[in-house]
Amino acid sequence: MKATRSIDSIENGIIIDHIQVGNGMKIYDLLNLDALDCPVVLIRNARSTQFGRKDMIKIEGKIDLDLDLLGYVDHHVTVCVIKNGEIVEKQKLTLPKRLTNVIRCKNPRCICTIEEGIDHVFELTPNKTYRCIYCENPAKA
Amino acid sequence: MRHMIDPLDFSVEEVDKLLALANDIAADPSNYRDVCRYKKLATLFYEPSTRTRLSFEAAMLNLGGSVLGFSSADSSSASKGETVADTIRVVSCYADICAMRHPKEGAPLRASMYSKIPVINAGDGGHQHPTQTLTDLMTIKRRLGRLNDFTIGLCGDLKFGRTVHSLIKSLSRYTGIRFILISPEELKVPDYVIREVLQPKGLPYEEVSSLEEVMPQLDILYMTRVQKERFFNEEDYIRLKDSYILTEEKMKLAKEKMAVLHPLPRVNEIELSVDDDPRAAYFEQVQNGVYVRMALIMTLLGLAD
Repeated sequence: MKATRSIDSIENGIIIDHIQVGNGMKIYDLLNLDALDCPVVLIRNARSTQFGRKDMIKIEGKIDLDLDLLGYVDHHVTVCVIKNGEIVEKQKLTLPKRLTNVIRCKNPRCICTIEEGIDHVFELTPNKTYRCIYCENPAKA
Repeated sequence: MRHMIDPLDFSVEEVDKLLALANDIAADPSNYRDVCRYKKLATLFYEPSTRTRLSFEAAMLNLGGSVLGFSSADSSSASKGETVADTIRVVSCYADICAMRHPKEGAPLRASMYSKIPVINAGDGGHQHPTQTLTDLMTIKRRLGRLNDFTIGLCGDLKFGRTVHSLIKSLSRYTGIRFILISPEELKVPDYVIREVLQPKGLPYEEVSSLEEVMPQLDILYMTRVQKERFFNEEDYIRLKDSYILTEEKMKLAKEKMAVLHPLPRVNEIELSVDDDPRAAYFEQVQNGVYVRMALIMTLLGLAD
């Protein structure tokens, strides 16, 4: 059986696979997928040999994904690029080392709160948390 | 171009070299009186600080350079809404090096990203104060003769006390140091200092609330002031400001060779009577601060070798 069998509804586009259950809708919202005019399918609670259950998003069409944002929300995700019904590229995401304007620093003492035009930049620490590069406060949801 | 934003911007070897230069300056400052002739230091102080600003200015004047700058945000373009990024680009055209103090954390880092001249963090909010740390290291080394194998007690406001955070980070790179963190529950050292500095390196530390109980163990006692300007709520400040007061009585519990450090200014956390105790090292610290800033200015301007 060809690997394309399970994604036969997509000819050219992207599959965001191995999304942790519950994160599918969140990613759909954060990536602003409802604004796309191409076909988009969100599958929740799909069966997964690796995780038991997973969410999945299929997008028929070419879009620029913010992989940093995606990796931050769910670093278990695999992004598959589909061309002519075939997977031509697979990218397993990891936690990005640096996030620019993905999270906002909420520390009222940070320069980010008053400086016009400043990027909110967070870096991954060895214990897998993100800290603002300016004030070193941890990222807060 | 090098800046001094975080105490860890310099490697241990670079810090050792800088402290050696500061020691050499201390031995005979007159040897260095013309090193920075025709060089200008800009002191950009967005919040009041007599001590640190004067220390930087004295350092530059001792080196034969000159100084310009402002001592509060009201007298700078910040009051007109100018960004730190713009200010430093402008100041880069006027001076050869700058020292910046800012109430917002990360402002000197922001400045360094746009600067054409070396930027020294002279204190950013409750975050870092690397030149105070260099001063502390120099004082410890001159008092104990070493920067390893000792027990340090940090006492008072360990939450907002930026000098404390910077000092812990810096000392974590040396060996054999035991940290005793003495504070009320509300002013404990931030979690990240424990989880990302002390714990990963397996450094011995304990958090306690009684100064008297740990006093006999200490080689260095680092006292801090509970800083009114760091509180959003005055009630909390009033409740906590007198948590620890070092008295002659408490000094009787300490080792004969212990040294008491304090970044100053003090309010009432060290009784005046302690000043005459030979273990009081805080005014010596002030003098060391000038030497260490002289050494840093020379190093960042490439004039140290």
